[in-house]
Amino acid sequence: MLGRTANDLFWLSRYIERAENMARLIEAGYRLGLVPANTPGDHNDWRSTLESSACAAGYMEKYETVNTRDVINFLMFDTDNPSSIASCLATARRNGRAQRTALTTEMWESLNGSYLEFQTIEPKTIGSAALLSRLDWVKERSAAYRGALLNTILRNDTFYFSQLGTFLERADNTARILDVKYYVLLPRPEMVGGGVDNVQWGTILRSVSAHRSYRWVYKESFKPWRIAEYLILNKSMPRSLIASAIEIDQALDGLSTLYSGTPPPCRSIADEMLSVLESGRINEIFQSGLHEFLQAFIQRNSRLGAAIAADYHFNG
Amino acid sequence: MGSAFDEMNGFGEGIRAPYSQVAEWLGTQHLGALEEKRIEAETLFRRHGITFAVYGDSETTERLIPFDIVPRIISAAEWRRLSAGIEQRVRALNAFMHDVYHRQEILRAKRIPEDLVIQNSAFVPEMIGVDPVLGVYSHIIGIDLVRTGEGEFYVLEDNTRTPSGVSYMLENRETMMHMFPDLFALNRVAPVETYPDNLLKTLISVAPRNLDREPVIALLTPGLYNSAYFEHSFLADQMGIELVEGQDLVVLDGVLNMKTTQGLQRIDVLYRRIDDDFLDPLTFNSDSVLGVPGLFDVYRSGRVTIVNAPGGGIADDKAIYSYIPEIIDFYLGESPLIGNVPTRNCRKQDDLKYVLEHLPELVVKEVHGSGGYGMLVGPASTKEQIEIFRKKLVQNPANYIAQPTLALSTCPSFVEQGIAPRHVDLRPFVLSGDRIRLVPGGLTRVALKKGSLVVNSSQGGGTKDTWVLQD
Repeated sequence: MLGRTANDLFWLSRYIERAENMARLIEAGYRLGLVPANTPGDHNDWRSTLESSACAAGYMEKYETVNTRDVINFLMFDTDNPSSIASCLATARRNGRAQRTALTTEMWESLNGSYLEFQTIEPKTIGSAALLSRLDWVKERSAAYRGALLNTILRNDTFYFSQLGTFLERADNTARILDVKYYVLLPRPEMVGGGVDNVQWGTILRSVSAHRSYRWVYKESFKPWRIAEYLILNKSMPRSLIASAIEIDQALDGLSTLYSGTPPPCRSIADEMLSVLESGRINEIFQSGLHEFLQAFIQRNSRLGAAIAADYHFNG
Repeated sequence: MGSAFDEMNGFGEGIRAPYSQVAEWLGTQHLGALEEKRIEAETLFRRHGITFAVYGDSETTERLIPFDIVPRIISAAEWRRLSAGIEQRVRALNAFMHDVYHRQEILRAKRIPEDLVIQNSAFVPEMIGVDPVLGVYSHIIGIDLVRTGEGEFYVLEDNTRTPSGVSYMLENRETMMHMFPDLFALNRVAPVETYPDNLLKTLISVAPRNLDREPVIALLTPGLYNSAYFEHSFLADQMGIELVEGQDLVVLDGVLNMKTTQGLQRIDVLYRRIDDDFLDPLTFNSDSVLGVPGLFDVYRSGRVTIVNAPGGGIADDKAIYSYIPEIIDFYLGESPLIGNVPTRNCRKQDDLKYVLEHLPELVVKEVHGSGGYGMLVGPASTKEQIEIFRKKLVQNPANYIAQPTLALSTCPSFVEQGIAPRHVDLRPFVLSGDRIRLVPGGLTRVALKKGSLVVNSSQGGGTKDTWVLQD
């Protein structure tokens, strides 16, 4: 496979995953704004949505104030924002078009169909009702693409590089959501499980579609350390850091078997990432600092991405 | 133009045999239902991403080539005659290319003016003495045919460089079978889907000799903003070969390599879909970023096969075109099975005089032009357009040829007014390697504007599925 093909497939998957994560973040942020317990006029929640999606700097360059209309427009439709849903779908489709031969018909048609339909949306027509159903649509389209990929693609390097893109992006996203909100999970003297905290905790879970599954797994009300444990260390939670690390490990395994020879340097970074999570205990993570732990994870994950690109000649 | 031969109705003497089933079917179709089918076809094309970019558009918009749902039908007997004529022509064209880059017998024999070849900008001196595998220069040739009567076919143009359109031949058939399966039950239509397989066999057959492994083949595209990008990716996909860009290739240690996830891998056959000028900045256009520095040296040393060979443009030059009957006679000792359109070379003094006197009746083309750009269709032009063209012609007569305006045959087509006749041509795709391979069919292009004779997609032409019936 061409290095350029691997690069395009990797980023194609990342952008599809990013579009889906963005849809969840917008939805969670929007719901938070509807909760009366929030101080009116305080837009800290949109600010943390912008930070979780790593779009804060870009937004502040363009707008003076943080308000619902501008934030939603920036995160959904603004093609100046490389992480907006519009940009993600366009870039994913561009990469897919460049690597049309690596995609199955089902994958391509799903990708192309999402892009073409999104093109027809008038941003002005996105009111409250339309917003939520449109965000559901984005998630559905991402699921359809992943479904087409899982159901039709050969289990060769095409698959492995796609998996790597999906799970590096997902790990990054989950870690950022936790990191931006880590302070609401920290134990505080006044914390008595009040209404506001509960809503904030719920929002974290909602941002990764885990607010219902949490209850099935823990059979108790939201507890901050439980939430952190669930999203960091629980292998059964498909968007947790450890679940992503396992998928990354398996994809790299697959590549090593396919390509034979000595494992490339990226392998040791991935191993380290997985072993830190496998041996992790949530109370120890809180003791040594949740924020520091997440920052270290985000940086390692980004080093891993760079190492994969170098080891597999993404740029020739 | 009202008296043009119609593929379905001839000159009005009743439904021609190959169309008997389709004519009956057309008679039972409601226009509303056909319109729905047309929209369905358009949706299919868009979903598959079968779009193209138009040169000169302000931005890189993607457009669809209009697809007409009424098929163009050729009888088995007609096809036998055409395919014999096409094969003959292709053999002669390749022999001609071999000759002009070697002993130049045809020039010594003064059958073609020497300067017409040697001074021609399509002649590539770097190719002199190069020996392509099996002596084949143009492995893929598109022959543009037009028809004016029951048995009257002419070759309008040869395309020996990088002919495009074959993906439409294949996708049009897919779309028709998807939408009108019943029609295929009623008619014995020869399949075209073997084309990618035949192309792959052809490419393998011209790999460098003495390889001790399966040849590695790649398709070189200028990239996804090229108007034919869909076709490049489609063919690479159908053949299971890598689709590469110049940036993916590098010449190292005298061989051509592609940059893969596991390092460099040697390429043996390069099916290139970029023009000669851009192939190798060290040999040709030094500004090119599309090609590969050093590629031509690897080619000359016989360690990679370039398909089609560089320099093939000398055979589809429009000034050379008028000498094709000479060429067929010279190399094969045969007379052409399919004739040329009578052509005047404006480089000749008396031809130029005739052309200037008859501009409103003639079609005038640039000798190196393609895609329907830079041509004059006399009868369809205003006085002003003709006068502007006359000036260009007088300034540089050698740059032009002229042909009578042929009454191209028409084929029933589904247009705004309903089913109406529109002018068509036909481009079969011929493969030359260890043998000649010709899939029964080709690309039928249709001028959807009433009365128009220009079928090029860049000029608003559409395409049709082309059926060759079996006995």
